[in-house]
Amino acid sequence: MSSRRSRSRQSAGSSRISDDQINDLVSKLQQLLPELRNRSSDKVSSARVLQETCNYIRNLHREVDDLSERLSVLLETTETSSAQAAIIRSLLM
Amino acid sequence: MSSSNQIMNQESSNPIRLLESKKKKRKKNQIPDKKQPTRWKTADEQQNYSSKLIEALRQVRRNSSSESTTSISPPTGRVVREAADRALAVAAKGRTRWSRAILKNRLKLRFKKKKPRIVTGNCRSKKLESSLLKLKENKRQPALQRKARVLGRLVPGCQKVSFPVILEEATDYIAALEMQVRTMTALTQLLSVASSSRETPVDEHDILREAKGGKLEGPYAPAVLPFYSGQVAGTQPPKRSFYSGLIVS
Repeated sequence: MSSRRSRSRQSAGSSRISDDQINDLVSKLQQLLPELRNRSSDKVSSARVLQETCNYIRNLHREVDDLSERLSVLLETTETSSAQAAIIRSLLM
Repeated sequence: MSSSNQIMNQESSNPIRLLESKKKKRKKNQIPDKKQPTRWKTADEQQNYSSKLIEALRQVRRNSSSESTTSISPPTGRVVREAADRALAVAAKGRTRWSRAILKNRLKLRFKKKKPRIVTGNCRSKKLESSLLKLKENKRQPALQRKARVLGRLVPGCQKVSFPVILEEATDYIAALEMQVRTMTALTQLLSVASSSRETPVDEHDILREAKGGKLEGPYAPAVLPFYSGQVAGTQPPKRSFYSGLIVS
């Protein structure tokens, strides 16, 4: 598998994926996180960034689940007349 | 460079959008691959996704209403969530690992009686093989590795990928999830406004006014408003052809 190949390359010491690249990716991730966006990247360790990423993704999952619940309820109860369905469609598309 | 041009061509074939400036803002000196998380923020993408979502939801409704009422219960939140995820994965155009994994998993679940993985997301994971960790010790701390593995379990399809790939995938996945939340929030509000005003005849300005004036929840409220304020102004260009091209059977 390609993951194994890259692993062996890394253990051989060849920095195919350099630290700079990693730091770059981590800082990009940090920019996306609402909590850590404004802190300077030297004050935030990458472990913290990863932790916050996990939490943030979990939060987003939970929000999507909530929204799905509400949508499913709304879908059942809304017997949209054709006029309203057309309105909704025109607004959303 | 050519790939970004391709993206631009695909999205500019959309007859609606006038936001050319947003497309041109794509920086060309970024990593020259196609995964640019900023694309999830364009209104284009959101519109694209919302139409896909609506179609998927309509299919869900059709499926549940065509079968007998005793066999299938009304669409649960789980079904809606899966449809939304599928639509999101399709909107990603298969360029990211997580989108491909979502689409693959849906197919597998249909044909196999496979128990879906439940992500507990316990950060203090005990499942790591320390021997594998020692292999990478020279480059990364074990603590970072641990967290990266947890992250890999949260992002679909990224369980055994290398560290930088996980970071990239997570970046794109977060941006996509944010867009999903924005779209679904807006859709929920529109539907709730529409259903609450079912008795009185309404026109679209009323609905829009109520949707704006109502409480927009969540941290994404500012993102929703500009998206919809541009809709009512101006004529509605014909969208059927664009729309039908998006339906994934």
